Amino acid sequence: MRHPGDPILAISLEPRLTWRTVKNWIMTGLMVAAFVAITIPLIAILYSLVSRGASVALRSFPEFFTATIPVVSRRAGPGMGPAIVGTLLCTGGATLIAVPLGILGAVYLHEYGKASKFAKVVRFMAMVMTGVPSIVMGLFVYVLWTMKFGYSAFGGALALACLMLPIVIGATEQMLRLVPDHMREAAFALGASKSRVIVTVVLPAALPGILSGCLLAIARAAGETAPLIFTIGAATDYNPHLFDNANTALSAQIFSNATSSFAAAQERAWGAALTLVVLTFLLTLIARIVAARFAAKR
Amino acid sequence: MPAESPLQTPVTEPTRPSRPSYRPHVDDPMPAVSDAPVVFALDKLEVFYGAFRAVRDVSLEIHKNEITAFIGPSGCGKTTVLRCLNRMNDLIPGARVGGKITYHGIELYGPEVSATEVRRRIGMVFQKPNPFPKSIYENIAFGPRVNGIRERAKLDEIVEKSLRAAALWDEVKDRLHGSALAMSGGQQQRLCIARTIAVEPEVVLMDEPCSALDPIATARIEELMRELKRTFTIVIVTHNMQQAARVSDRTAFFTAEVDPKAERRTGVLVEFDVTARIFSNPREERTENYITGRFG
Repeated sequence: MRHPGDPILAISLEPRLTWRTVKNWIMTGLMVAAFVAITIPLIAILYSLVSRGASVALRSFPEFFTATIPVVSRRAGPGMGPAIVGTLLCTGGATLIAVPLGILGAVYLHEYGKASKFAKVVRFMAMVMTGVPSIVMGLFVYVLWTMKFGYSAFGGALALACLMLPIVIGATEQMLRLVPDHMREAAFALGASKSRVIVTVVLPAALPGILSGCLLAIARAAGETAPLIFTIGAATDYNPHLFDNANTALSAQIFSNATSSFAAAQERAWGAALTLVVLTFLLTLIARIVAARFAAKR
Repeated sequence: MPAESPLQTPVTEPTRPSRPSYRPHVDDPMPAVSDAPVVFALDKLEVFYGAFRAVRDVSLEIHKNEITAFIGPSGCGKTTVLRCLNRMNDLIPGARVGGKITYHGIELYGPEVSATEVRRRIGMVFQKPNPFPKSIYENIAFGPRVNGIRERAKLDEIVEKSLRAAALWDEVKDRLHGSALAMSGGQQQRLCIARTIAVEPEVVLMDEPCSALDPIATARIEELMRELKRTFTIVIVTHNMQQAARVSDRTAFFTAEVDPKAERRTGVLVEFDVTARIFSNPREERTENYITGRFG
């Protein structure tokens, strides 16, 4: 034992080489490697998109985003305007259908249905729906809607909504589960009714998470091609009508132009791809800013 | 604790009719607290969670403008009984109540009683401070808004009044629109008390309101409780016997009995009396053992 006044004996606090330190190095190395491995494809995609797409989109700057699509795909020249409008129509329509329905469904599942038989069946169905390939959704809407009413952006919106719905339900229910019960109890103890507790306490508390879930669903829907080919048809001119006539979308244009053998068309596909990515990015950015506004209150 | 026999004859109540019943007993070790009207009457109350009986045979009366404390070891059903008083147990699936609870003579679990209406009159403060993730102002205004108050001026007035009553106004008046979650634990709990009294309930139930707080914050809440009982009837669950002795007028001592067959513990009410008597001269030996620290 050291007595007061004794000199402090030499102690070493330097790291020693033990198996534990070595393990630490190995694991750190593996994690860095994994990170690099997932970053490489991401950066490669972004690089090829920007390097090939930016020149196409910026060569004829405003026209690329406003002009109509050349009818003859062999012809060089700008134009993705109708596809941008079509994408916005389809995903916008799908969002209007799937988000309210999905949130309401999740509120039912978590706040009312809970462990009841019906809720369990619905929850299981939603889970199964997540795994249904998007082309099957397209086929489903094609048979149910398009064969009766013809091509329209709404058909695309329906198909995309089918894809988004299970994602929205799943994400929202997850977020509602994260709202602690003591918060609900606090509101109940003040004499609030169940609906009021959900609207004024539970949903606002879960809002940022719900928003992220919806964004994920929207971003996924915006990039879908297969269900759109069936349901919206093909168009080269602007069609701002949701319910009438064939339309087009960026993803559909990427598909048809990229598979074309003409260099001009392939160029347009790169431009369209970049446009789609930027569009999704902007959407995410806006939603994050809105969510931050809401969150600032807490 | 005086080493007297626990089985003494009960001390006769001193008859001084004019004195207010809520007078803190720090002045007087044996106050008369029997003339206040009865708010709650529990008769052979029992609570089940599914098939499991969590509490049985609870019969007691809660009097107006008094503080009634529920004490006892963990798992003895204090909180369960407390949560029956404003029907919070309704929210737990499978919870069922037997026996009888009346609130001003009305059967609390009667078929025509709305749990929402009950909770508007009987507020609750929880063990862990649980402010909403909203601003301080919005936390307090929540209850009044539930009751249909919309005018800004009226809400402003209620917020200020409630925060003053909870001794929080001076600390937060400059940041009413700041987040309630940025406050300290003690402040959050006082905010929860302010939020509860903002709806002007008749009764305030407190479920171990100080267990998450330090002694200074606890002292402030206790001071607040003595202040609040002029206006409200308070029922408090506490693990802290000193706290029960310091603040309450009456004390109910619960304990858990082990059922050898089911190997589960069922809570029972052992003794209910004036606090001063429970802590100086309890009738039951189990009470004496608990308060002197020999058991529990």
